[in-house]
Amino acid sequence: MSIPTTDGVLLRGRGLTRRFRAPAARLFESRRYTTALDDVDIDVPEGSAVGIIGESGSGKSTLVRLLLGLDSPTAGTVELGGRPVDAGARARSLHWLRRATGMVFQDPYASLDPRMSVGQIIAEPLWALGIPGDRRARVREVLQHVGLDADMAARFPHEFSGGQRQRIAIARAIAHRPRVLVGDEPLSALDVTVRAQILDLLRTLREKDGLTLVMVSHDIGVVQNLCDEVVVMKDGRVVEEGPTEKVLLEPQAAYTRHLLASIPVIDPYRSR
Amino acid sequence: MSLEVQDLVVEIGGRRVVDGVSFAVPDGARVGLIGESGSGKSLTALAVLGLLPDGATAQGSIRWNGRELIGLSDRKLAELRGDEIGIVFQEPRTALNPIRTVGRQIAESIRIHQRLPRRAAMERAVAEAARVRLPDPEQIVRRYPHQLSGGQRQRVAIAMALACRPRLLIADEPTTALDVTIQAEILELLHSLVADDGMSLVFITHDLAVLSQIATDAVVLEDGRVVEHGALAQLLTAPASPVTQGLLRDATATLWRPGGIS
Repeated sequence: MSIPTTDGVLLRGRGLTRRFRAPAARLFESRRYTTALDDVDIDVPEGSAVGIIGESGSGKSTLVRLLLGLDSPTAGTVELGGRPVDAGARARSLHWLRRATGMVFQDPYASLDPRMSVGQIIAEPLWALGIPGDRRARVREVLQHVGLDADMAARFPHEFSGGQRQRIAIARAIAHRPRVLVGDEPLSALDVTVRAQILDLLRTLREKDGLTLVMVSHDIGVVQNLCDEVVVMKDGRVVEEGPTEKVLLEPQAAYTRHLLASIPVIDPYRSR
Repeated sequence: MSLEVQDLVVEIGGRRVVDGVSFAVPDGARVGLIGESGSGKSLTALAVLGLLPDGATAQGSIRWNGRELIGLSDRKLAELRGDEIGIVFQEPRTALNPIRTVGRQIAESIRIHQRLPRRAAMERAVAEAARVRLPDPEQIVRRYPHQLSGGQRQRVAIAMALACRPRLLIADEPTTALDVTIQAEILELLHSLVADDGMSLVFITHDLAVLSQIATDAVVLEDGRVVEHGALAQLLTAPASPVTQGLLRDATATLWRPGGIS
């Protein structure tokens, strides 16, 4: 996979804006638009782990969809390895982009097709993107890589727990050896025990495989534990960004401070 | 006014999902039921409310104020619910009726238990909306649930649960579906309402950090059994059961630490 990076930046977004048409409140009303994303710049350095935090409606999921070419911006540009991303292009001419990216979603119960075996699920991106090589061998290899048993390929999603399913979803996302793995709240639907395990797995993928991570999360603890860069979003704009420890420990924006002050911490003596 | 659960067993299709759970909620105590999915925490609460799903059976003893609830008729249980025992669920979107104004829903929850003319009930609804700190209560009671934010909807659900001044509030993951800044507001609201009224609280959650914001005591559940219970401070500082230790360790692994990761 030969995607060069320009000055170490793998994914670059400039002036990203996305407006959606709002439903008309009255008949014959002139069109109204809501701005989900408003002039956002973002750089994801190769090999880094970038956390995008914000609450509902902050635009974090919209931003990620634009970065992955799943949606077209109203204004602005996205580049992956210096090459412009055109989400409106035909599927075949986006293969280079799909090969370089992998995505994990929040709910592993919804993201895996129940009628397909685990092996078929993981192999799907391999044949869909025309990746050469022994697919069966790659499926077994990647299953072991995410901490599952290679023989599980023959089984079906319903036979697995939530944490195991999320491992399967991660296996599918990395099967074609992407450069960047994007997670949209990949830990939010999981129990705490499982959450710690999947966090470990993501960290390992980054450290051992050099995978670049972009993690969208409302869970600041996850970002603090996994990411070295953080972007704080509110109402479609970036309110603050920088190294994770700096932003989280010395927040400058009033909103970041409010957000951080709202997070419950384990305090044995708080509620007496 | 105390709740005593003794050897509660809940079976669904012959499978024991709650297996001999005992705990007490003394008057004014705020008790957390904590455990992972499938630990039996929600079913324990539903058994107390007499709201177990079809096909589930409860045995053992649930005494509310000395009165045995297991075996009580549905009508008698329905009288208790909303009047002496209030309920708040996780998802306010599904707990509210989409085609009725929120004022009417709050008024209804009063009129079920108290003979009150419609107009007087609506006035009470406005007062209750103000009590849960909804903005502009006179206006907001005329709105429909979809016109409110998630946090406002949960405030409406709390207003409905507390409208008859119950002595016990059962809250099942009431902040799980909310954004973190809204969660902080709702926890603060619940805490002050419960403390002001000297109400008892059963708070169900999988989140130790959330629990530590509101509970005085906790019952740790795993696979339908109580593995540890006691004062929350004790459980968090010196957990005796490996299950509690594990929950604490795993929660800490992904927890936000204001002081940074050392």
